[in-house]
Amino acid sequence: MNRLRASFPVLTVVAAILALWYVAAAGLNLQWERDQAARAKTEVPFATMLANTMAQDRPVLPVPHQVAVEIWETTFEKKITSKRSLVYHGWITLSATMLGFVFGTALGMALAVGIVHNRAMDLSVMPWVIASQTVPILAIAPMIIVVLNAVGLSGLIPKALISTYLSFFPVAVGMVKGFRSPDAIQLDLMRTWSADRGQVFWKLRWPAATPYLFASLKVAVAASLLGAIVGELPTGAVAGLGARLLAGSYYGQTVQIWSALFAAAALAAVLVALVGLAGRITLARRGQAGGV
Amino acid sequence: MRDLALNGLARQPLLLAPAALGLGLISLMLARDGMPAWGWALVLGAWACAWALVAALAARVGQSGGGGDRALRLAIPLIFGATLLFLWEAVAVGARIPPVLLPPPSAIAARFAGSLPILYADFSQTFLRSVLIGYALGCSAAVVCALAIDRSPFLQRGLLPVGNFVAALPIVGIAPIMVMWFGFDWPSKAAVVVVMVFFPMLVNTVEGLKAAERMQLDLMRTWAASHRQTLLRLRLPMAAPFIFNGLKIASTLALIGAIVAEFFGTPTVGMGFRISTEVGRMNVDMVWAEIALAALAGSAFYGIIALIEQAVTFWHPSQRGARA
Repeated sequence: MNRLRASFPVLTVVAAILALWYVAAAGLNLQWERDQAARAKTEVPFATMLANTMAQDRPVLPVPHQVAVEIWETTFEKKITSKRSLVYHGWITLSATMLGFVFGTALGMALAVGIVHNRAMDLSVMPWVIASQTVPILAIAPMIIVVLNAVGLSGLIPKALISTYLSFFPVAVGMVKGFRSPDAIQLDLMRTWSADRGQVFWKLRWPAATPYLFASLKVAVAASLLGAIVGELPTGAVAGLGARLLAGSYYGQTVQIWSALFAAAALAAVLVALVGLAGRITLARRGQAGGV
Repeated sequence: MRDLALNGLARQPLLLAPAALGLGLISLMLARDGMPAWGWALVLGAWACAWALVAALAARVGQSGGGGDRALRLAIPLIFGATLLFLWEAVAVGARIPPVLLPPPSAIAARFAGSLPILYADFSQTFLRSVLIGYALGCSAAVVCALAIDRSPFLQRGLLPVGNFVAALPIVGIAPIMVMWFGFDWPSKAAVVVVMVFFPMLVNTVEGLKAAERMQLDLMRTWAASHRQTLLRLRLPMAAPFIFNGLKIASTLALIGAIVAEFFGTPTVGMGFRISTEVGRMNVDMVWAEIALAALAGSAFYGIIALIEQAVTFWHPSQRGARA
């Protein structure tokens, strides 16, 4: 019951957005219908025109149910090996995302461990970790892809590298914070037990950092998906959700663009939710307070 | 005894700095006409000296107060960055990596200096028009929206989850749609930027408006402060750290959005356009020059916002901590 009450405002807002969307679609697509009518020199009643705006082939703004139908058809009614199946494209993007996510998490953690344990590294590397994100890496994506293609590396790895670059940052920053979250009094206690650095790390810092880990993994997985999608843009629209976007924009297939966009959104939501779930289960098993 | 002397030597920045510099310069000169095997030893030596220098300087941070300390904190990352550039140069030149793959920094710098007019034209198209205009519009719209949401708890509970959800989505995906709607020139890029910065900014501002504490709000009430007064004197200042956090996140997003949107169609000028065409022509040093420009613009943008933040939220613990 409580959940229902909490979701009511959200549902209202979503419904309002959908309603706005229909109105906007009618407004934006009407011009084309008018032009058609003028060209055919026929008088089309306004109501028919309005109805037609909902079913254009290449609308300026497709209406939600058109997008929903397209997603349904390309997800469930095509064979998943078909080039027109969203599942096929989604899988390609997902595999690059996961590979990049794993790389990025490993790199971020390694950096965080180094930064926490070595003062010189803290002072010299940390500013560059932060500065690295002011470089619009996505802008370099096409070059990385093309250059790596020239060396013979193609397919998953180049895309995964872009995802890595985007996802290591939240993990590194979050884990540095997490590894430093134990209080001085706790560190002192470890010292009175004459624990060495490894023991302090595994028995105190690592458990203390776990909530931070999952919070930053959530950000990292979303960033990693973004990297994979943008990494697919310059490959000449071969496969993947990003390629669907680019192909759609080349051929004016707006419905295809929107359906790829929604597939990407759904994928992002599922990934973030899965990481969140894993975090809750892990923390609950440990009896730690959930989330940061 | 000898160990002690060596140890002392390894802690002398005055000795280490010239050693690193000298070894580095010699190895770079060697690299130019084919690196001999012992040249790599020099490269490693220079690297070791530079790292020892960083470590020695890092050990001194916090010993001297005030200006010296701040200079050290600035110098350490700079030395580290210079070391990375040096290694890049040495490997790229010494190992004869094809420039198409990885041009050495010197070639990129030469290209940068040689094509300033083109770079400026791209900068003004992408940054001064698309990014700045889109950023200003998107961020102010988000703040206004947040203030509106703030008046209604219903909207807060409804819009925030949606906003949080949208903020995690790969929004650059709307770039092709915006290009279709607003044409090839900068307005379509600015539109992408507006949408990209809007949600992170909205979420952060709403979060910030909740930052004022119950006690403080009650105090305002005992002074019979109006909603407007409470907002201006208490809640907006309290929200400032959150708002600036949003502004910082949005600043990097804005640049990314504008550049990626240019991949979907632009007039023949702009950073994203230049990158995608020069990649096609395998002019990789030009691409790197463009990336360097993007990095400089991005860092400067971020830096300016951070400076404004320092000036506005000087009272906040995170800022006071950084000063002391």
